[in-house]
Amino acid sequence: MSDRLSVFKTYKLFVGGKFPRSESGRVYEVTDSKGKWLANAPLSSRKDARDAVVAARKAFGGWSGATAYNRGQILYRVAEMLEGRREQFVAEVAEAEGLSKSKAAAQVDAAIDRWVWYAGWTDKITQVVGGTNPVAGPFFNVSSPAPTGVVAVVAPQESSLLGLVSVIAPVIAGGNTVLVVASEKAPLPALSLGEVLATSDVPGGVVNILSGKAAEIFPSLAAHQDVNAIDLAGADAELAKALEVAAADNLKRVVRPQAVDWAADPGTGRLTAFLETKTVWHPTGSLGAGGSSY
Amino acid sequence: MADVTASDGALRRFLHGLPGVDPVGLEARAAALGTRSIKTTAKAYAIDLAISMIDLTTLEGADTPGKVRALCAKALNPDPTDRGTPRTAAICVYPDMVATAAGALAGSDVKVASVATAFPAGRAALPVKLADTRDAVAAGADEIDMVIDRGAFLAGRYLSVFEEIKAVKEACRREDGSAARLKVIFETGELSTYDNIRRASWLGMLAGADFIKTSTGKVAVNATPANTLLMLEAVRDFRATTGVQVGVKPAGGIRTTKDAMKFLVLVNETVGEEWLTNEWFRFGASSLLNDLLMQRQKLSTGRYSGPDYVTVD
Amino acid sequence: MAFEYAPAPESRAVVDIAPSYGLFIDGEFREASDGKVFKTVSPSTEEVLSEVAQASAEDVDAAVKAARKAFEKWSALPGSERAKYLFRIARIIQERSRELAVLETLDNGKPIKETRDADLPLVAAHFFYYAGWADKLGHAGFGPDPKPLGVAGQVIPWNFPLLMLAWKIAPALAAGNTVVLKPAETTPLSALFFADICRQAGLPKGVVNILTGDGTTGAALVGHDGIDKVAFTGSTAVGKQIARTLAGTDKRLTLELGGKGANIVFDDAPIDQAVEGIVNGIFFNQGQVCCAGSRLLVQESIQDELLDALKRRMSTLRVGDPLDKNTDVGAINSAEQLARITALADSGEAEGAERWAPACELPGAGYWFAPTLFTNVTQAHRIAREEIFGPVLSVLSFRTPAEAVAKANNSQYGLSAGIWTEKGSRMLAVADKLRAGVVWANTFNKFDPTSPFGGFKESGFGREGGRHGLEAYLDV
Repeated sequence: MSDRLSVFKTYKLFVGGKFPRSESGRVYEVTDSKGKWLANAPLSSRKDARDAVVAARKAFGGWSGATAYNRGQILYRVAEMLEGRREQFVAEVAEAEGLSKSKAAAQVDAAIDRWVWYAGWTDKITQVVGGTNPVAGPFFNVSSPAPTGVVAVVAPQESSLLGLVSVIAPVIAGGNTVLVVASEKAPLPALSLGEVLATSDVPGGVVNILSGKAAEIFPSLAAHQDVNAIDLAGADAELAKALEVAAADNLKRVVRPQAVDWAADPGTGRLTAFLETKTVWHPTGSLGAGGSSY
Repeated sequence: MADVTASDGALRRFLHGLPGVDPVGLEARAAALGTRSIKTTAKAYAIDLAISMIDLTTLEGADTPGKVRALCAKALNPDPTDRGTPRTAAICVYPDMVATAAGALAGSDVKVASVATAFPAGRAALPVKLADTRDAVAAGADEIDMVIDRGAFLAGRYLSVFEEIKAVKEACRREDGSAARLKVIFETGELSTYDNIRRASWLGMLAGADFIKTSTGKVAVNATPANTLLMLEAVRDFRATTGVQVGVKPAGGIRTTKDAMKFLVLVNETVGEEWLTNEWFRFGASSLLNDLLMQRQKLSTGRYSGPDYVTVD
Repeated sequence: MAFEYAPAPESRAVVDIAPSYGLFIDGEFREASDGKVFKTVSPSTEEVLSEVAQASAEDVDAAVKAARKAFEKWSALPGSERAKYLFRIARIIQERSRELAVLETLDNGKPIKETRDADLPLVAAHFFYYAGWADKLGHAGFGPDPKPLGVAGQVIPWNFPLLMLAWKIAPALAAGNTVVLKPAETTPLSALFFADICRQAGLPKGVVNILTGDGTTGAALVGHDGIDKVAFTGSTAVGKQIARTLAGTDKRLTLELGGKGANIVFDDAPIDQAVEGIVNGIFFNQGQVCCAGSRLLVQESIQDELLDALKRRMSTLRVGDPLDKNTDVGAINSAEQLARITALADSGEAEGAERWAPACELPGAGYWFAPTLFTNVTQAHRIAREEIFGPVLSVLSFRTPAEAVAKANNSQYGLSAGIWTEKGSRMLAVADKLRAGVVWANTFNKFDPTSPFGGFKESGFGREGGRHGLEAYLDV
C-alpha cells in the first residue's frame, strides 16, 4: 500500500450535455450509510431545474424524431459504457446504499441489463401498443404511440442506480426527454451516470440529472407549463400529493409513487405511461368511380 | 382560356393541375344530399320539374318508326288522365330515327335529340362521326349527344379529344347559321376515376360543349349521384372562370322518383336555381317517366297508383 | 319558382317522455333523498320536457354502495355472460334507435339527421364492439387475466349525451366494473331511457346506476371514497379540478377534455372535399364538439379561392327546427352556452377579426347562433386560442408546411387536427409532427368504436375506443 493521497472527484450536475455546478453555488454533504463523508453534491436550485427543462425541451425534437433503431443503438451504447465503468459504480453503489461488494455488483449488473432491455424496446413498443383499426368505413386507420414530451422524475430514494436507470431508460426509450432529481441521500451514482451518458452518443439535453432536495426543486417542475409528465417514484406520500395537485394545472401525466421491486421484470408500464396514442385516418375508397349503389 | 388548349402539353398541364378529387369525400357528400327529405309541395314541384327535364330515350337495335312515334306521343302527353302534366324536354333516338321523331313532334316544344359519332363506342373515323352528326342535324335534330373517344382520353391524347369535340360542334351548325346544342358524353364508367371525370368535364367545356353528359346507358356504371355531383361542380367552376354556363345530363340507371329527387337536390345545392330548368339539366331516362307519373298521381289522388294506370310506351 | 324543401319533421310521437324522472339506483327509480328536482328543456323551443331528480351527496353514496355491492357478482360472472348482456343492450338500442334519436334531438337541440345517422348508430356499434371484448380480455395485451378496477364514477357532457354514455359504460362493463354515471344537467333524458334499456336487458341491479344532477352531484361522485376510477368528458377547467381532487388517492383517472383543432388545407388539397370537411369539422353538432376543427389553417396561395367556396357552401346550410330531417344546423344546447359563444365571437370582432355569416333566419324561441366565419385572425386572438364550442370558425393562413405545423401545435390543447393534401408524403410528414391524438387526413370528424380517441396536452389523457379503451377499466 502506498501513502499516495487520492484525488477526489468534484460531482457536478448533468444538464444539456454539460456538467455545470449548481447556479446557486450551494452544495450539500453526502455520506455513506455509516455517516462517513463521501463528497459534496450540488444542491440544485429551481433555476437549475428550469435550465434543465429548457435543455430537455430543446432536445425533444431531435430525440423524438430519431429513428427507433437509432435510439435503441444509443441506449445499448449506454449499457456498453456502463459495463466499462462497472467497478466504479459497484464501489459507488456499495457506499451509497451500504451494500456489500457482491450485492452492489448485482445492482450494477441489473442496471446495465436494464439499459439493454429498454434498448431492445425502442423499435418494438410501437407494434405492441399500436396497430391498424378495422373501422366500419372506407378508411385506413392506424394508431401509434408518440412520446409525451418532457418528463420530470423524482428518482427512487433507496435504489440509487438500478432504481434510477429503471425510471430514466423507459422515458427516453419512448422518445421523451427527461430531467431527474437524483436520490437525495445517495446522488453520487446518478451524477456519475451523467458521465456515462455524456460518452454514450446520447444527445445533450435528452437526460438531465440534478441532485438536491426534491421537496425544494420539484414543486416548480410539477407546476412548470413546459413539462408534460412527472414520475413521482421517489416522492413521499405528502410530497407526491402536493406535486400531483400542482401537475393538474397543465394536466401533466402523473405516475404515482408505488412499491416497486426494481430487480423484477419491469414490464412495459413505465414505457407506456409516457406515450400518447395518436390515431390517423385517411380515406381509401374503391379503385374506380363506380361504387355508388344507384 | 385559349392558351390552355394551344398544345397537347399545355392542355395536359392544365387538366392535371385541376384540384384532385377524394372519392370517399365526394361519395359521402352525394350520399348526404341523398338523405334530403322531399315532401308534399316540394315533391310536387320536383316531380313536375323532373318530368320536364327528361330526354325520353330509346336507343335499341330493335327501334322502329312505330316505337319512336309511340314514344313521341308519350313525350307530348305523358299522362292521358291529366293534361296538366308537363311534357318531357326531348326525345332521344338514333340518327336514323330523327326524321320520324321530328315529324311526330312537329310544332311542339319537345326537342329531338340524336346520339351521334358512332354511339355508343365511338369507334369510327372522324369523317364518319362528322357525317353521322351532319345527317342527324339535317334530319331535324335539335340536339346532338356525341360520345368522346375514351381510348384517346385514357391514352392521354387530350388534344385529340378536344379537336374532335370542336369538329363535331362545327358539324352541329345548320345552313341558316343556327346550331344544334351539343351534349358531350364522357362514358364516366369507362373513365373510371373521378379525377378523369373532372378533367373530361373541363376538356369538354373548353371544346364548346353545351351540355356534359355522364353516360351512354350502355355500360355497367352509368349516372351516379357522385359523378353527377362532380360534373355539377365542374360546370359551376367553369362558369365562375369563363362566364359560360354549361348544362349537365346524367343518363342511365335513373329509374325512380326517389333517384330523380336526389339528383335534383344535387343540382339545387351545388349550382342552384339557375340550373333548375330543362335548358340546363336533363335526365337521360326511359322508365323513370312512368315512376314519376305514378308518384304524381299519388300526390293528386292520395292513392298509390299502379303500372296499369300509366302507359307502357 | 325555386326548389324550396317543404317541412319534413320527424314524428315526435315515437317518444313518450314522462313528466318526471327519478334517479336510477340499484335497479330502481327513486326520488332524490332531499326531494330536489330540476327541469330539462328543449333548447330549440325552450319547452319544458320533463322534471328530473337532483341527486344529493346521500344519493351518490347510495348509488356507489349499490354499484359496490353489484361489483362482486358482476366481476365474477364469466366474461361470456357479461358479453351477452352487452349484446342485448346493443340490440335493444338498435330496436329503439328512432325513439332515442328523437329524444336526443329534443333534449339536446341537435339535428335529427345527426342523431339518426351518427349518434345512434355509433352508440349501438360501441356496445357491440365492447360486448365482444368481455370474454377476450386475456387476449387484449394486458396480461393473461386482467382484473377490473371496481366501481367507476363517470361524468359525461351534453354534446353527445347517449354516445358519451356508451363510450363510458360499454368498456367499463365489458371489463367487469360497475358504474355510477352522471349525465349532463341539460341533457339527462337519454341516460334515463338507457336505464330502462338496462331493465329490458335484464342487467343485474346496481351494475349501472344513473344519477341526474348538476356540477355538485358530479363533484360528490368523483370525490366519493368508494369509487376506484373516474372517467370524465367535459371542459378542461373541470378536468383539472377533478385531477386535483384525485391527487394523492389510488383512484384511476381518464380525462377527455377540450380542443382547438387545426384543420390544415394545403394548396394541393381536393378543394371540394376540403370545403365539406371544413364545414363538417366546425358545424357538425353546431360546433359543440371537443374535436371540432375550429381553426382553419389555409395556405395563402389558395386562401381567396377556398374562402369563396366555403362561404358559398355555408350559404346552403339549413339552420332551424332540429326535428326537421333537412336541418343541417340545430340549436345551441343552452342559454349559458349561447352566451359563451356570443361573448367569444364578440371578442373576435373587438380584437379586429372580420366576421361573416350567411344570411339565415334564426327561430325566435330557443338558443340559436348562425354559422359564423372569422377571417384576419391571428394566433394572438382569443378566438384562435380559446375553445368556443360553437359554430364559429377562425381562419388563419400559413405559407409553408413547417409554419402550418408550428401554428397547429401552438395551443394548450392537442385533441384533433385535419390535413388536406393530395400528396401522400406531405400528409404523413405533417401527421407525424402534429401533437394531437386524432389526425384526420382528407376527412374530418370520423368516429368508430375500434378507433382510439383522446388527446395530448391539456386535452386530457387516456383513450376511449378500441383495445386501448379497455386499459382505462383494467387494473394494469
